[in-house]
Amino acid sequence: MASQPPVQYNLMSPSIPNATGTSQPPLLQRPITSNGIGQPSAGSRFPVPATSNSVPVSATTNSQWARPPVSSQFAPSTMSQPSFTAAGHQQCNPAIFGQDSPRPVLETQSSGRPPSSSSGPPLNNYQSGQPIINGNLGPPLANGVRTPTAYSGVNYATPATSSMGYSSPGVPPQYASQNFMPPQLHYGSGPPMGRPAGPPVPQQQYSTGYPSYSSASGQLPPISGIHTQQLSYPAAPVLPNAPVNQFQNFNSSIDKMASQMNTMSVTQTGFDKIWGHENVDLLQVRNILPAQGVETPRIRLRQEHLNNVHCSMDIFRCTLTKIPETNSILQKSRLPLGVLIHPFKDLTQLPVIQCQTIVRCRSCRTYINPFVYFVDQRRWKCNLCFRVNDLPDEFQYDPMSNSYGDPTRRPEIKNATIEFIAPAEYMLRPPQPPVYLYLLDVSHVAAETGYLKLFCDVLLEELEKIPGDSRTQIGFITYASSVQFYNLAENLNQPHQLVVSDIEDIFLPCPNDLLVNLNESKRLVIELLEQLPLRFNNTADCNSALGAALQAAYKMVSPTGGRITVFQASLPNIGPGALKPREDPNQRAAKDVPNLNAATDFFKKFALDCSGQQVAVDLFLLGGQYMDIASLSCASKFSGGCMYHFPSFHYVHNLPQVERLEHSLRRYLTRKIGFESVMRIRCTHGLSIHTFHGNFFVRSTDLLSLPNINPDAGFGLQVSIDENLSEVQNICFQAALLYTSSKGERRIRVHTMCLPIASTVADVIQSADQQCIVGLLAKMAVDRSLHSSISDARDAIVNVCVDVLSAYKATMSSAPSGLYAPSNLRLLPLYLAALLKSVAFRTGQSTRLDDRVFAMNQLKVLPLSQLILSVYPDMYAIHNLHDQGAISQGEMVIPQPPRIHLSAEMVDSTGAYLLDTGDVIYLYVGRNIHPAFIENVLGSSSFQSLPEQMFELPELETAESERLRNFLVHLQNQRPYPAVLQLIREDSQIRHLFSSHLVDGRTESSLSYYEFLQHLKNQIK
Amino acid sequence: MAFTFAAFSYICALVLDAFLIFFSIFHIIAFDELKTDYKNPIDQCSSLNPLVLPEYFIHIFFNLMFLFAGEWFTLMFNIPLIAYHIHRYLNRPVMTGAGLYDPTNIMNQDVLSKCQREGWIKLAFYLLSFFFYLYGMIRSLISS
Repeated sequence: MASQPPVQYNLMSPSIPNATGTSQPPLLQRPITSNGIGQPSAGSRFPVPATSNSVPVSATTNSQWARPPVSSQFAPSTMSQPSFTAAGHQQCNPAIFGQDSPRPVLETQSSGRPPSSSSGPPLNNYQSGQPIINGNLGPPLANGVRTPTAYSGVNYATPATSSMGYSSPGVPPQYASQNFMPPQLHYGSGPPMGRPAGPPVPQQQYSTGYPSYSSASGQLPPISGIHTQQLSYPAAPVLPNAPVNQFQNFNSSIDKMASQMNTMSVTQTGFDKIWGHENVDLLQVRNILPAQGVETPRIRLRQEHLNNVHCSMDIFRCTLTKIPETNSILQKSRLPLGVLIHPFKDLTQLPVIQCQTIVRCRSCRTYINPFVYFVDQRRWKCNLCFRVNDLPDEFQYDPMSNSYGDPTRRPEIKNATIEFIAPAEYMLRPPQPPVYLYLLDVSHVAAETGYLKLFCDVLLEELEKIPGDSRTQIGFITYASSVQFYNLAENLNQPHQLVVSDIEDIFLPCPNDLLVNLNESKRLVIELLEQLPLRFNNTADCNSALGAALQAAYKMVSPTGGRITVFQASLPNIGPGALKPREDPNQRAAKDVPNLNAATDFFKKFALDCSGQQVAVDLFLLGGQYMDIASLSCASKFSGGCMYHFPSFHYVHNLPQVERLEHSLRRYLTRKIGFESVMRIRCTHGLSIHTFHGNFFVRSTDLLSLPNINPDAGFGLQVSIDENLSEVQNICFQAALLYTSSKGERRIRVHTMCLPIASTVADVIQSADQQCIVGLLAKMAVDRSLHSSISDARDAIVNVCVDVLSAYKATMSSAPSGLYAPSNLRLLPLYLAALLKSVAFRTGQSTRLDDRVFAMNQLKVLPLSQLILSVYPDMYAIHNLHDQGAISQGEMVIPQPPRIHLSAEMVDSTGAYLLDTGDVIYLYVGRNIHPAFIENVLGSSSFQSLPEQMFELPELETAESERLRNFLVHLQNQRPYPAVLQLIREDSQIRHLFSSHLVDGRTESSLSYYEFLQHLKNQIK
Repeated sequence: MAFTFAAFSYICALVLDAFLIFFSIFHIIAFDELKTDYKNPIDQCSSLNPLVLPEYFIHIFFNLMFLFAGEWFTLMFNIPLIAYHIHRYLNRPVMTGAGLYDPTNIMNQDVLSKCQREGWIKLAFYLLSFFFYLYGMIRSLISS
């Protein structure tokens, strides 16, 4: 394990020179706010435009930031990637105020500021709006004192950083111009008026009546990674960004919201009830699904100023937004306690810092974060272990204002998600180069599917976009009965194929040149990719020696570490790691499913070896036949890899899978990647991490070894409460991901989440986050299925639901007769009923073992928003789209059709429906649909003439077509890579693809949602 | 005073039981090291796994001697542990080598605490049986 990167050690030593050799003052760097022309970012706290250039932001009068702007860095014009700043919305949540304002703020008035809040004297200092910072902010910038030479941080806004999607030329420096003000002000005066121009971000759901900032930026490129929650309640038409009476404005927002809520039966009388802790009689409510998406609960700390800096809920989410004080309260609430994390999510905005010493707690090694408490100007108290630490001198320095003295102005203190460029002590060896090795199955079965052509074509197209630098290495291995290597040495005329047939004892036919520098040998790589599909066109070889090929790949990659990508289309049947078919096709609908676990530990041991050498294995599984994913998946499960499954892939007969593979592959090849990474998750003393979920190897109690980290990987952890927490006010979780970027930089991404404590069971239940609970329960149920059985897991899921509702009933003063759920958990039965019918857990319905095992793996690794989509897809009726309530993004007007229940009664033969399952969006067209719709949207003359296969909408010049296309674009922009659109006619043979997702209905072997509720009611005493 | 087979088996059991005590102490220490992050789970499992079967065989070996010596009570005393060992080994994770511990799930808090508890209980059992074997040896030596 000697080559594994260290996580920490000896940071506080001031004598260690900076990695880049820069000297004092400490270098801070913040590429996000750049506008590309070196425009100084202004930090004015006043409603005036900070500079004439920042026009789009100038209306930001009461911006939501209760804290001063972070050191905005200016913009090297080397910034290349056109992307855009989300103005810190990821971290800082303006909408909190929008939401909180109607409610009397109990917490603010309570006994002033509690002692452990992180607002020590320094904080009060700026909360009073003192002009010190302000005065210092402007002039140096305007005078050009802060030249790039003064801040060597500028160096880092070079391609390395810009590849992460930072701001681009032309984007206003929003972040910089947020002003801050005492948070209390917001409560008095309603919602903040101006909003910085920005994209629709999660907060938008509350911004209904405000001057919408969604109108603002016409130059918004698609943002990957916005989640469905962001769509909630956006329906207010765009108001002009003008000063309106705030109260009126706000009232109108309430009205609008209430009118929208009419579809939900919770909306009895007014606003309070919606936000209040209302309960819902599940049996009485027919349409329980919120039309505009499920709202994300927010974390409300008692220290109001900290509520602005929370980590994005998409990155870090806890099943409870208030942590129970003791374990017994948790047990009484019957809710699972855990955290879901999506650590390497693509962010539109991320502060990157380079400094000489990264400030960390001396005893528990926690990184300094916004939730620490400053004892005085020179000391801080760790919020995880409560040790009082000294601050290094350089931390006093604020690079924004060039001033000393107030540590709270540092970006580390203002952002709950931050990235450090790690100095040399975070490396055990020089950062590795990006190494990509592709293993291609060329057996007869694989050649039949025709995937090789698609793979080579896509790789050829994306060759330039593969993340990497001048050191990038690439290699190829093909295998069937034997293993073929390709010598791509620069000086060769054409690629040389070397065949090794001794698969029992594999060896490398030549010591080097199998992995070659991509830039130097690009010509040969291209030639090889052009030849490969032809070479194996007519192979009759039916064997697949995957094990031997993997061993050879390991020998090639292990000296450096890197990524092994395997394309496998058949069951590996010879050589080491050979597998046998285990599935009994007659038992596909049986109650208990055997063979969910690996048949051999070959792949697991292989993965552990890989993990030790910083190699990850990613699998693309394309087989139509059984290929024992349960065994194969171990290779990526324990090496931090990822998996894709394209059942029955065929390049002619299965076009939807071809589309899917192409989309996934493009994303896979070009997405960000982190090498030799480890993730450590710390939590406040008194809590401990119980179990991890995801693809990794657990190296110690809180350390995950992730040879590769990719932006689509999610993780879950169960947490247990060991000690009484009544002494502390807040609980913190901190995830630190140390990785080597594709540019060879060692970086640390730190996310911190802070949660308040609750002391009563009712409080805990009312703070629960239903989606996150479903996410965690799904992961726990997968574990249960693997260790015990699927029927056990199904029982456990039902029991959780029964227990939670019983626990809630126990907290109610009077026990009414219905089936009551708190409004924040009202969807829990719906989701859990859907989970029971998901591919992973369903019984009684014919399910291929491979599909099931793959679905289980996905439940373990999908980030929450995609997991929810896969369990309970969003369905929209689209035959009747209208602009009422639409939101606009730039010039695009995006209609917002309500989400409807996944039940057959909602689906009418005169309608058309969109079913969004995450990677596929089904467009279902009813038999009796109005011909005008077919003509105006689908471009056909009649229902009968609709094509069987259709993967994109025709671009027609009609309003209906444009609405639907805009809506689709909007949906596509919310995911990391575009989903496949598939048209399904009502009379089509593939209709079951659509109808199998209608999970609210009854099937032969499963209960309908309503029956499930009745079952719950009978179970609850 | 007679040196019977029973006395011999008690003497053997006494000596072998001392080994078992060392095994279980090693087991406890190993899991403690895992819990406090001193050791890598892969290394730790590869050092623990080779010891599992020897421990079981030693235990079964002197119980066989008790069987042949007709020490029914002592045998009854040990049978639950033998049954547990067999059950545990039949339900071990899929692995090619001998052993019980899988580095991929050993760090799970449940598994970890279960293994640690098992270590302590076994240590107590072996200590108790050590003194019982001592008593049994003396008794069988001075009887008759």
